Amino acid sequence: MVTIENLHKKFGKNQVLSGVDLNINEGGIFAVLGPNGSGKTTLIKSVLGMVIPDKGNITVLGKNIKKNSEYRHKIDYLPQIANFPSNLRVKELIKMIKDLRKPTNEDERLIELFRLEPFLDKKLGNLSGGTKQKVNLVLTFMFDSPLIILDEPTTGLDPISLIRLKDLIKAEKAKGKTVIITSHIMSFVEEISDEIVFILEGKIYFKGSIQKLKTKTNQPDFEHAIASILTDNHA
Amino acid sequence: MRSRWSYVYFAFYLLLGVVLLFLNNDLSKAVITLMNVIIVLVPLIGTIFGVMYYYNSQEFTELLLAQPIKRSSIFLGQYLGVALSLSMSLILGLGIPFVFYGLFESSAIWDFSLLLITGTFLTLIFTALAFNIALSNENKIKGFGYAILLWLFLAVIYDGLFLMTLILFEDYPLDKVSLIGTMLNPIDLSRTLILLKLDISALLGYTGAVFKQFFGTSFGLIVSFVMLTIWVVMPVLRIVFKSKKKDF
Repeated sequence: MVTIENLHKKFGKNQVLSGVDLNINEGGIFAVLGPNGSGKTTLIKSVLGMVIPDKGNITVLGKNIKKNSEYRHKIDYLPQIANFPSNLRVKELIKMIKDLRKPTNEDERLIELFRLEPFLDKKLGNLSGGTKQKVNLVLTFMFDSPLIILDEPTTGLDPISLIRLKDLIKAEKAKGKTVIITSHIMSFVEEISDEIVFILEGKIYFKGSIQKLKTKTNQPDFEHAIASILTDNHA
Repeated sequence: MRSRWSYVYFAFYLLLGVVLLFLNNDLSKAVITLMNVIIVLVPLIGTIFGVMYYYNSQEFTELLLAQPIKRSSIFLGQYLGVALSLSMSLILGLGIPFVFYGLFESSAIWDFSLLLITGTFLTLIFTALAFNIALSNENKIKGFGYAILLWLFLAVIYDGLFLMTLILFEDYPLDKVSLIGTMLNPIDLSRTLILLKLDISALLGYTGAVFKQFFGTSFGLIVSFVMLTIWVVMPVLRIVFKSKKKDF
C-alpha cells in the first residue's frame, strides 16, 4: 500500500528523518509512535507530498508520488491541528471540500454522529478546539478512500466522541481499508492498532505487533514497554 | 476580507477619476495627475495586498495542499485571484468616470489606455514580487518589511541612485546607460512610457530627445512591453518553482 525507502529530511540543521524504510501492507490499523519531535508528522506529511524529502522514494498504491497529485484522491488525511480559515462557516467548508474532491452524502451521517448540526452555520473561528476537531473528522471520513491517515485524531475530543471515533475507525478497518494513526494516548493505540511502528531519532526502531514489543522489552504492559524503549535510549 | 478591500480600492479610483475629470476639465492634466498617483500607489497596493493575502490564507493553503490539487495551481490561483481583482478595481474604477466623461470621442483615449495597461502591468508585477517575498519568508514581520523595502527601493531610492550616477559620470555619453537603467525598473519604465506618449518630452532636455527617439518608435514601445512582460513572467515562474520545493 505504502512503501518508503531510505527517506531523509532535514529542516535547516535539524536532521529529522535519517533513512526511514517502511512498508505498510493493505488492510489494518498501523500506529506510528515516537517521542515528541521524532519525525512522525514529517513522515506523514512526506507521504502526503506536503513535505518534500531530501532523499528517498515513496510509493503509494504502486505509484511514485513525486510530481504527482492524483494519488491524493486515494488518501483521507486528518491534519494534526485543525487550522481552518476562520471566516468560513462549517457548512461552506464542507461544501467546498466536496467540490474539490467528489460529491458524497456520507457527511450527513457523520454530522449526525458527532452531533454537529447546531454548529453548521457558525464560523470556524468561533468554534471550540474539540468542535473543530469533529469538523476535521467529518472532512476526513466523508470520502471513501482506501488509505486513511490520522495525525493525533484524539486531540480535544470528549469521552463520548472518542468512543464514536474508535467505532468509526474499526468500521473502516472492517471495510478492508488501511489506517495510519499517530497518537500519544497509549491506551487508545493499544486498543485499536494491529501493528505499531516506533520511530526514534529519525529511524524505524521497531515494527511489529504489540505482543512482539512486550516480549522484546520484557515488560508486562504496553505503556511500560514504550517507556522502557525511551529510558534505554535516553530520549 | 480580500473582496471588501478591493471594493474600497475600487471606490478610491472611482472617486479619484471623478474628481480629476469633472473638477479639472483638462484631460491631459488629469492623465498626468493620474499617472503620478498610479506610478506610486499601484505598486504599493500590489505589494501590500499580495503579502497580506498570502499570510492570511496560509491555513487555507495547508488545507488545500492535502487535497488532490497540483501545487502550481494552488499558488497560481491565489496569485491570479489577488492580481486580477486589483487590476479590475483599477480598470473599472478609472474607466467608469472616463467613459461618462466622453472618453471615446476624445483624443486622449490612447494615453488613457496606456495608463491603464501600465497600471495593470504594475499590479501583476508587484503582486508577483510580493508573493515571492512571502513564499521565502515564514516570518510575517520580515516578509512585510522586505516587501515595503522593495517598493521603497524601486519607487524612490532607485531614482535617487540613478540620478547620482548620471551626475557623477556626466562627462561621459550616458544615453545608453540611462536607457538601460530605465528599462531595469518597471516603475521608471512605466513613467517614461506615459510621459513620452503625452508629448512633454521636451521637458526632459537632451536625454528626453534620446528617449523620444527610442520609446517613441514602435520598436521602443514593443521592447518596453516585452520588458514589462518579462517582469511579470520571471517572478511568476519563481512562484511556481519555489512552491514546488517548499515544505508545509
